[in-house]
Parts: sequence; C-alpha cells; structure tokens
Amino acid sequence: MSSSNRPLSPHLDVYKLPLSAVISIVHRGTGAFLTMGTLVLVWWLMALAGGEEAFMSAQSFMGSFFGRLILFGWSFALFFHLCNGIRHLIWDVGYGFEKDTVEKSSLMVLGAAGFLTFFIWIIAFSFGVGA
Amino acid sequence: MSLRSPLGQAKGLGSAKEGLHHWWAQRVTAIALIPLTVWFAFKVAVLSMSDYQTVLESIGSPWSAALIVSLIVAAFYHAALGMQVIYEDYVSHKGFRIAAIMVTNLLMFLLGAAAIIAMVRIALGG
Repeated sequence: MSSSNRPLSPHLDVYKLPLSAVISIVHRGTGAFLTMGTLVLVWWLMALAGGEEAFMSAQSFMGSFFGRLILFGWSFALFFHLCNGIRHLIWDVGYGFEKDTVEKSSLMVLGAAGFLTFFIWIIAFSFGVGA
Repeated sequence: MSLRSPLGQAKGLGSAKEGLHHWWAQRVTAIALIPLTVWFAFKVAVLSMSDYQTVLESIGSPWSAALIVSLIVAAFYHAALGMQVIYEDYVSHKGFRIAAIMVTNLLMFLLGAAAIIAMVRIALGG
C-alpha cells in the first residue's frame, strides 16, 4: 500500500487555524499562565497575613504600572479560561458541537471574557475613587 | 482468576489505567471554581484601593475565609491536573515528563499550603 496519497494532517506553518483551534490553544496557554499567576495570589495573601507594612508594599507594587499590567493580563486570562471552561463543560454534557454553533460560541467566549475584564476594571477604579 | 468479562474489566479504565478519576476531578474543581473565582475576583476589585484594616477584616471574615480556602484547594488541584495534561502532551522524554509532573504537584501543594496558612493567620489573627 502506497503511503504517498494518504491525507495529511495540516501543516501548521501553511494552514490557517480556525478560530476554535486558536481558542483551544489559548485555553491551555491561559491555564499555564494562571498556574504561574497563583504565585501572585499566594504572595498577596502572605503580605496581608504579614502585617500592614508588608501589605502596603505589596499594594503599591500592584498599583504600579508593571503591577497593573500583570493584573490586567491575569484578569483577562482568568475570565477567558472561565468562559471557555464553561463552554467545555457544555460540550462535556453533549451540546454545541455543530460547526456553526462552535463558531458562534467561540465569539461568545471572546466577547464575554472581554466584557468581564472591562467590567472588573471599571469596578476596581470606581471603588478606588469612592473610597 | 477473575470472573469479570474482558469488557467489564476494561470498561471505565481507559488508556491511563486509572479510569475517570483525573477527568472527573478536573470537572468537579472546574465547577467549584466558577462561582468562587467570580466572587473572589470582584471582591478583590472592590477592595483594590482600601486600607489594610478594611482588607484584613473583609478577607478574614469567617465566610469569606472559608470560601477563599475552598478556592485555594480547588484552584491548586485544578492547576496541578491541568499542568499534568500539558506535560503529558508536549514532553516526550519520559523521565523529564515524570519529573515535571512531580515537581509541579509538589510545588502546587506547597503554594496551596502557604496560601491556607496565610488565610488561617488572616482569619484568626497573628
């Protein structure tokens, strides 16, 4: 049997990945990124447990440009992984596998993650001004 | 000699020979994390510019501390399970793969323990 005419898997450097494939990879990427981000959570809780001085220095780092950049990336990664994770749970119970449904839910995941990220930063800033 | 049929023996075990446990644990922690992360993220956002005493009291109140400890357990367990799948897919060298999974599991346990100790101190006063 000749092997030359068999269908090939897509060559990744010449194949335009569909949106759902990109989202699938980003789901893993954000998962790994959030795993590293748990360090920030542990550090923040440790600072809060360590007393006022430790907490204020942690807060001032989080409030700096670099700290906010990390938190912004982290919040988007969190909401993206959350929304796409819910999509995975819906797939797990057997719904939403049709091609156009997958296309639509891909866009819904991106929209919802973007909205939640935007919304939480609005809340953070509005409470900051009010306090 | 087992009296179970070959089908009965194979059912539910899968290629990893440990059945559904990994998959199921990842789903259970995922479902727990949906309300916990949303609640915690917005709580932190609201507290982002508050002073030390306010944050300490809010994070350390009994219900809040219980929810955060639950969040920590679910999140680190979920992270360890997820990282394991990533290593299994992309690290082809068996020794490196086992080492990576082991180091990640131990690290996730240590970080989880550290976060819980911090929460105990925040909730009970140190």
